[in-house]
Amino acid sequence: MLTYALVAGVLFGLYFSLVGIGLNLVFGVMRIVNLAHGDVLMLGAFIALGVVTLAGIDPLFAVPLAFIVFLLAGLLLYWVLVPRLQGSVNPEMLSIILFFGLSQVIEAITTIFAGTSERSIQSRLLGTVFSTIKVKWFGGKPGPAGPVQIFGQGFPAPWVIAAVTSLVAIGLVYLYLYRSRLGTLTRAVMSRRDEALATGIDVDRVSAAAFGIGLGLAAVAGVFAPFMFGSVTPAFGADATVTSFAIVVLGSLGNPLGTALGGVVYGVCYMLVQTYLSSWADLLPYVLLILILLLRPSGLLGRQVRVA
Amino acid sequence: MPSALKHTLFILAPLVIVLAVLPGVYQNHLLLFNFVIFLVLAQGVNIIYGFTGYLPFGYVGFFGAGAYGFAIMVMHLQAPALLAVLAAGVVGILLGLLLTPLLRLSGAYFAIANLAASLAVLHLVANPALESITKGPYGVSLTGTFNPNSAYMAAVVVLALTVAAVVYLKNSSFGLALQAVREDSVSAAMAGVNVVKMRVLAWLASALVAGLAGGIYAWYVSVFYPDNVFSGEFSIFAIVFALFGGVATITGPIVGVIILYGIYNLIGFTTPQYFQLIYGLLIMGLVLFLPAGLVSLATRRGWHVP
Repeated sequence: MLTYALVAGVLFGLYFSLVGIGLNLVFGVMRIVNLAHGDVLMLGAFIALGVVTLAGIDPLFAVPLAFIVFLLAGLLLYWVLVPRLQGSVNPEMLSIILFFGLSQVIEAITTIFAGTSERSIQSRLLGTVFSTIKVKWFGGKPGPAGPVQIFGQGFPAPWVIAAVTSLVAIGLVYLYLYRSRLGTLTRAVMSRRDEALATGIDVDRVSAAAFGIGLGLAAVAGVFAPFMFGSVTPAFGADATVTSFAIVVLGSLGNPLGTALGGVVYGVCYMLVQTYLSSWADLLPYVLLILILLLRPSGLLGRQVRVA
Repeated sequence: MPSALKHTLFILAPLVIVLAVLPGVYQNHLLLFNFVIFLVLAQGVNIIYGFTGYLPFGYVGFFGAGAYGFAIMVMHLQAPALLAVLAAGVVGILLGLLLTPLLRLSGAYFAIANLAASLAVLHLVANPALESITKGPYGVSLTGTFNPNSAYMAAVVVLALTVAAVVYLKNSSFGLALQAVREDSVSAAMAGVNVVKMRVLAWLASALVAGLAGGIYAWYVSVFYPDNVFSGEFSIFAIVFALFGGVATITGPIVGVIILYGIYNLIGFTTPQYFQLIYGLLIMGLVLFLPAGLVSLATRRGWHVP
């Protein structure tokens, strides 16, 4: 039981990291609190639904589609919203309200077009591309992939696929931030916006890229949401946003790679409480969030402390 | 005439008298009651956000805690309704005291922590393990104290007190000191303002207001579930109403509630998703084009808005 809880916690935790990392990238670069993060997640889930119902193929194909669609949407949205916001008196505070408005708009439009019913995808559809390849190249007979065995315990295949995708995505974010030119500039903007501007960095371009990537990552996380949470509704976004915040603050706001650690810690705690004290499990993310903010506001891996 | 007296005579008194008389001429009692509750909450947000700059994203935590404070007093101690409403205010203050460490955080950190705190209180109250005290997720029913007319009047009294508090903040050195702290806490401290004490007082005042409003809400509706009284909509609506009118003024939040909550009642019940769409667009437009609220239309022209 303990092994099961721990392994499930790590699998969920890796997925949770992917859920939070986009939010953190946006906050770190622009000091903007994207309250519409959960709604982008929800839209990602609807892209997966669309891929399955319209094209009838493996929802994994929705991953690149969701990323590209929301990368572009993010770039567009950035130019519409952010420069105006940055010019106001208190951008950090007003961004909370602005993006709350955006989340309301997204939720309303989705409800108008898709209704309020719960949508889910059959979990055996995820990863069919692997079994097809296996059959084509190595022979054998096609069939649904069973649970994946880890340490002698069976875990649903979608959990493992989501965790692996998250690992790959986090790895790519690392490569982007530490091995590419735009990433280096991004880190410069993250540490000191004014100085970056004074050095001649095109802060707007860097921020727009970070915003697009952040939204894209959220949408990718959303593709797996129907499998990890059972089903999605247009109203799913708000809860997802709060959970993402808990994860991001745990890892440290403004440090995207800390989110990976935050996600795993959160996932493991969540599974342990779920297993041993299930009626208190809902309380955990919030208490954890407050304690971390008060005791170590910079998060587990943070550098600078921000207090009033 | 000193401006405090002017504000009391021309804003506070007419508002309270109109709201006290309206139930006699207008039939939809629940609607009027909701208006009063949102006026109280919007002014409560005004006290903490307008005058200190802390955005209470989990403001509903005090409201819900007040409602449950009322419910527990009535269910377990058979307290009369008025006493239970006072207890609800005390619960609000106690929760505020418990959360004072959050004031150490700034900006978005405070807003997020406050949101988390309100959700933590919700999940604590709704926990099935505490069913014997709070009735957990199954909701409470307080038919014994059900009395909408008295509850409405109590709400109007609380509104009068809240607006009076804002009038005081607007006209006193205490309010000026708070605004100085909001603009630049270091300079204010150097000018001899006790920053921590000021902030805590404003924070507790706004918690008290929300706790009282929550207790009266519980009195009025008498049957409710944790999800009703801890609904995030209370925080959001109160914040948006206050901002829409313009914070750090007396009239701003009042105007905001009347216009936005009016629109909500015109179209929100029949087609909630279209209301949500309009509402979302309105919020975005507000932040982008009118970040200081409706009153800034007047202040930009050089008119003084109380």
